[in-house]
Amino acid sequence: MNLTLKVWRQKNATDAGAMVTYKADNIIPDMSFLEMLDVVNEDLLLRGEDPIAFDSDCREGICGTCSLVIDGIAHGGQRGTTACQLHMRHFNDGDVITIEPWRAKAFPVLKDLVTDRSSFDRIIQSGGFVSVNTGGTPDANALPISKLDSDESMDAAQCIGCGACVAACKNASAMLFVSAKVSHLALLPQGRAEAETRVLNMVRTMDKEGFGNCTVTGSCEAVCPKEISLDFIAKLNREYGKAVLVNRAERQNAGA
Amino acid sequence: MILDSKIPSGPLAQKWDKHRFEMKLVNPANKRKYDVIIVGSGLAGASAAATMAELGYNVKCFCFQDSPRRAHSIAAQGGINAAKNYKNDGDSIQRLFYDTIKGGDFRAREANVYRLAQVSVNIIDQCVAQGVPFAREYGGLLANRSFGGAQVSRTFYARGQTGQQLLLGAYQALSRQIGLGKVKMYPRSEMLDLVVVDGHAKGIIVRDLVTGNITSHAADAVVLGTGGYGNVFYLSTNAKLCNVTATWKAYKKGAAFANPCYTQIHPTCIPVSGDHQSKLTLMSESLRNDGRVWVPKKKGDARKPHEIPEGERDYFLERKYPSFGNLAPRDIASRAAKEACDNGLGVGPGGLGVYLDFADAIKRLGESTVRERYGNLFDMYEKITGENAYKAPMRIYPAVHYTMGGSWVDYNLMSSIPGCFVIGEANFSDHGANRLGASALMQGLADGYFILPYTIGNYFATNKQPKPKSDGPEFKKALEDSTARINKFLSIKGKRTVNSFHRELGKIMWEKCGMARTDESLKEALKLIPALRGEFWQNVTVSGSPGELNQNLEHAGRVADFLEFGELLCLDALTRRESCGGHFRTEFQTEEGEAKRDDENFAFVSAWEYQGPDKPPILNKEPLVYEEVHMSQRSYK
Repeated sequence: MNLTLKVWRQKNATDAGAMVTYKADNIIPDMSFLEMLDVVNEDLLLRGEDPIAFDSDCREGICGTCSLVIDGIAHGGQRGTTACQLHMRHFNDGDVITIEPWRAKAFPVLKDLVTDRSSFDRIIQSGGFVSVNTGGTPDANALPISKLDSDESMDAAQCIGCGACVAACKNASAMLFVSAKVSHLALLPQGRAEAETRVLNMVRTMDKEGFGNCTVTGSCEAVCPKEISLDFIAKLNREYGKAVLVNRAERQNAGA
Repeated sequence: MILDSKIPSGPLAQKWDKHRFEMKLVNPANKRKYDVIIVGSGLAGASAAATMAELGYNVKCFCFQDSPRRAHSIAAQGGINAAKNYKNDGDSIQRLFYDTIKGGDFRAREANVYRLAQVSVNIIDQCVAQGVPFAREYGGLLANRSFGGAQVSRTFYARGQTGQQLLLGAYQALSRQIGLGKVKMYPRSEMLDLVVVDGHAKGIIVRDLVTGNITSHAADAVVLGTGGYGNVFYLSTNAKLCNVTATWKAYKKGAAFANPCYTQIHPTCIPVSGDHQSKLTLMSESLRNDGRVWVPKKKGDARKPHEIPEGERDYFLERKYPSFGNLAPRDIASRAAKEACDNGLGVGPGGLGVYLDFADAIKRLGESTVRERYGNLFDMYEKITGENAYKAPMRIYPAVHYTMGGSWVDYNLMSSIPGCFVIGEANFSDHGANRLGASALMQGLADGYFILPYTIGNYFATNKQPKPKSDGPEFKKALEDSTARINKFLSIKGKRTVNSFHRELGKIMWEKCGMARTDESLKEALKLIPALRGEFWQNVTVSGSPGELNQNLEHAGRVADFLEFGELLCLDALTRRESCGGHFRTEFQTEEGEAKRDDENFAFVSAWEYQGPDKPPILNKEPLVYEEVHMSQRSYK
């Protein structure tokens, strides 16, 4: 099939950027969306033009690197699917497809469709972990954990950190991402010990990085390639509320 | 080159304990005086960086991805082995050790493998303490499943995303140390060269992939956890950006490269659909717990799979290997699939595929149980092929998946350059000629959490070295060389794209040095690869400029290294005149078509030593001495 692409081109972080139109001809339905872009890029290279920069790595939907807004929808609108797993059989001959980067203050564009998502890393660095050092841990079966808790924790832990939730949200909120990590660890006894400080620190960093507040519209859940549920945001709010009310961490820090 | 494996003396089961006691320690207060560079942030790199920072070392960690959480360990699906014997089915450290040695076709170093089995139990404890949500039974204890090459259930898993969850555990431990200021993280940063000063590794040259700036970084030791080289075949299950550059640069600076011909072809991957294909996708080996592999008995049988009656199907793994059945090791299952397709029994487009059928499992367990176990894999299969595997069998075909070869390292995981350590898939040490399923995660984390942090201390305590300076002459020279190479790529302005060279190299490697290798095919490859490399340096076109985010330029550097490395891989395959594990030389097979080892002449590690651009490398041999196990013909019948 033959397609027309309208692609965001931006030379670097300071360039203004603009949409540019390209032809993508002889595209095979079995190609993935990124393989289609590979074909376009090979063609651009042979014509001496700068290929379209876009992030991708594993191309099997788990690394969270790929990050395209396709026809206005983060990852392209197939439920539970990253852009790299989106296949051209979902498009029709003659389609005009727009391709843009994630748009959010906290994810500045570096070039074309490539953005800087290191703000996510800084959120994790501020508390998204269990503070155990290597060694000296008890036997793995010493502490039984309800399968239901464990499964729910895994539902949250599946987050691939791609940032589609932020890209979809009109407030560019990172609540779904933060809630996934807070819930993953809060649901397990290993993570409970630090649950209060964790949620306070992660939310503080989230705000500092320039992510907006939750809109409660669920646009994040709709585009999440791992189908992380909005319920986890409710859980995040509960954890946060508890931590603020109890305020134990803050009091301790103040020496009370 | 003298290859001293530094295997401790004494009984096998006591070597690691003895060694840990004998190694010199660095006083806690002195650890902060040592700087360590870690390249790579996968299971091995991230776990090593976190652990060494916890111990007090100053760590700099580099990765080319935009975040350390994206390293390719994340894509491992099936699970991680550990000799916990939680199932009470007869597992033990000794059995995991033996299975791994046998699975590796008696080409791994005994002492390393034993240590791996010993620390496997600590890994699970560590990961659970970090909050890794492993699968559990209703009673609240951890669940296990079986994997290829084992008759016990010792594999721990987190749905089909075990690698992801283990990596996130290590990433979170690393993130904690970054937050504490003990690790300085450099994402989107690619190592271009290793710097050696007075015979010791003292730093690296790095390109910032956003700005294009090239800088020198000095340290008291350099650790490479940079993964495998499967992408030399172009199509593999590796992530697109996986490459051999770090260990190849180390090779050119004196770190011997061991057993490059040991490549693992995984039996259960989604078949190639066309020339546009950019990578291949694995369907976890765990599927073989419940899926049955078969082909039609009749050549060219065009009927739909459900129309073929039981009696006209050949469940060839169950037939040939009754005691392991569909859970035969990867190399054996791959070759059996290839043989079926070579005999014209393959299914799907081009006849390059076999069925992996879940109909029996769905009948026995119900669709919901199958969905719970493998749901995400079935979903992934449907996304890629557009077919529903609950209704019709999957089509699978072998694909390059893992590389057992890598930098030669001694028992301390140190390469033949003092101060340069290599961990995880990037080294050669534990899997011999074939890796068993669920052992890669085990090895990466064993190296990073529990082995390197000890052995590196011994290096510091016993090698008093002057503090390196990143503006010394060796650094300056390496930085100039790296810059010149980048300018060279951009100046060629030829007519072929980098990708076209990569694809052509991959085709040569797969056809001449893939699942079956012959004297003739390897000699052809050894002519074709240098010719292709010659053309690359004359006729490649690389766009853009050096001082910007330039993915085409990054790819050019990686492909240039693959074009050199591929030749060494073929040379190694040519000189190893035997079949073992993933290395199958057609000339050397048993009457039943199984790999035929030659223990008398080839029970050694091939460690290749670089001599310079126009000289053939030297083959050094580290003999494999087995004190504990008896080398036998591997049988899974």
